[in-house]
Amino acid sequence: MIRALARMAVWRLVFAVPLLLAVTMGMFALAKASPFDPVRQYLGDRALTTSPEVTERIRANWGLDRPLAEQYLTWLGNLVRGDLGDSRSLHRPVAEVIGDRLGWTLLAVGCALVLMLAGSLVAGVLAAWRRGSWLDRVITGTAYANEAAPVFWTGLLVIWVFAVKLRWLPSGGLTDPAATGVEPGDLLRHMVLPVVVLAFSQSSWLVLFVRESLIGTLREDFVVGARARGLRESTVILRHALRAALLPFITLLGARVPELVTGAILVESVFSWPGVASTSVQAALSADFPLLAALTLLATLAVVVGSLLADTAYVFADPRVRVLGVS
Amino acid sequence: MTTGTRARPWARGRDRGRRDRRRDGAGSRRLATLTLAVLGLAVLLVPLVARLDQSQVDLQSASLPPGLAHPFGTDEMGRDVLLRVVYGLRVSLLVGLVAAAVSATVGTLVGLVAGTLGGMADRVLMRVVDGFNSVPHLLFGIFIVAMFSPGATAVVVSVGLTHWMTAARIVRSEVLTLRSRPFVDAAISAGSGRARIVARHFLPHLAPHVALAAVLMVPHAVWHETALSFLGLGLPPHLASLGNMINDGARSLLAGDWWPSLFPGLFILLPTLAISSLAQRWRDRTDPRRRSELQL
Repeated sequence: MIRALARMAVWRLVFAVPLLLAVTMGMFALAKASPFDPVRQYLGDRALTTSPEVTERIRANWGLDRPLAEQYLTWLGNLVRGDLGDSRSLHRPVAEVIGDRLGWTLLAVGCALVLMLAGSLVAGVLAAWRRGSWLDRVITGTAYANEAAPVFWTGLLVIWVFAVKLRWLPSGGLTDPAATGVEPGDLLRHMVLPVVVLAFSQSSWLVLFVRESLIGTLREDFVVGARARGLRESTVILRHALRAALLPFITLLGARVPELVTGAILVESVFSWPGVASTSVQAALSADFPLLAALTLLATLAVVVGSLLADTAYVFADPRVRVLGVS
Repeated sequence: MTTGTRARPWARGRDRGRRDRRRDGAGSRRLATLTLAVLGLAVLLVPLVARLDQSQVDLQSASLPPGLAHPFGTDEMGRDVLLRVVYGLRVSLLVGLVAAAVSATVGTLVGLVAGTLGGMADRVLMRVVDGFNSVPHLLFGIFIVAMFSPGATAVVVSVGLTHWMTAARIVRSEVLTLRSRPFVDAAISAGSGRARIVARHFLPHLAPHVALAAVLMVPHAVWHETALSFLGLGLPPHLASLGNMINDGARSLLAGDWWPSLFPGLFILLPTLAISSLAQRWRDRTDPRRRSELQL
């Protein structure tokens, strides 16, 4: 089985290569069609006082005077060798910028995922178990409203309630402005709001999915059978119905990576969280192509890996696939 | 009635449940329609009858909380939030409608070509759809806007380029089922060419599906526009759009003023909720599988 799994993983990765190539090509084409002159942008106000010779030298230095295909291949070659270029707005190597910030994004997103899974499972099971009750109405109503509400707006409302009015938690940032280093307690206080908002904003589809799926499963014969054997209600719901209802959700979770990236961009921006996702906004505001391209590529890679992980997890979760192998 | 109920003891609960659900459906459908109607009228009529100017800066009455003179309060520049929200919804809806139309058109073209030609063209185009789907939409949108100067055109292009894939999938699968329908065979044996079949037989059948997809796209497009504007990458800041207003409101929020950011968000939330609940009802009614499930 492991071999079949490995073969699937390798195949998926092989198919991911043309995709990533196409993405780099698309980005490069867009950048070339852009009316912005990167050299002017790099120089900023100094562009007016810099002599044309210096401008030309920078242009030649960046290889902007060579043919398009050559520029693309050079850029791609550098990417493959791990040289992501220099950020034009932050004046630092892109790899360094990403290395500094990726950890914070992964921390926030990881915590949010765990919270989202736990919270939506509880909420979805409660709603399905007490279908039609006021509790079900509140949960499904909240989920629908949450799906329609933009996450940056929810984030602002949460800031207003918990940071401005109640003054329980800080409104944003990674640490206290006066702090000299990152301390766990301080970090934790700053993490609560962004993580909860991200988890909440991503949870509505899962709550609705768990509810629908569990309601469907509760009608199945094996659940009726379990009830008829006089098993406790909690055993019937959690051990019999929920286990069967949850299987498709693993694949769905993997397919949600794009939404997770979108949520991370907005939440990090609202809470000034110094992660990679909000960096893409800063890079976009200053038309910083090398940084933005690297971040877009990173996000695409995350999407590919997400769906691969989902398929792999499915193999382990479904006993039929586990015993009989991947068909 | 009573004897009938007694004769079928199981029927009472089931029939009641069915009736309740139907009533619930009608209520929420009416509420959704009403919301959309009120918002639509406001968007169309308020600019014609308003006595105040939405961009009128009045520092004397800056940051007033909601009250009689200003039902939604005023922002930090003294502009009336209610009026600006209506104007913002107008701008956001306009951008959303154009972007939805663009993406529906692109999607229809791609879907038609893929479904009609089939074979290699179909495979390649569907891989392109997959490729576009695997770049997170907002990030892709941000990339496009960053490479071209922010503004209405960039927003429309960025939404159009990131949202056509759904329409393409729908159109392609519809075309695939249409291909095997007898009237298409008849048209072919009567000597119709490919162009004629597409124009006379495929397009009329596709129109309702594309229209529904486009309508459902509008909330997405509005969401996309507001997100880009909120990040400072959308419409120009002086323009009253819902995203710009939430962005402005974020500043006064830390001073404790909740109204400049709450109301624009509600004006995104309510129409989105109304449209999706109407679409849900429609889908429940038209999908026979869901309909029978609902009656269980």
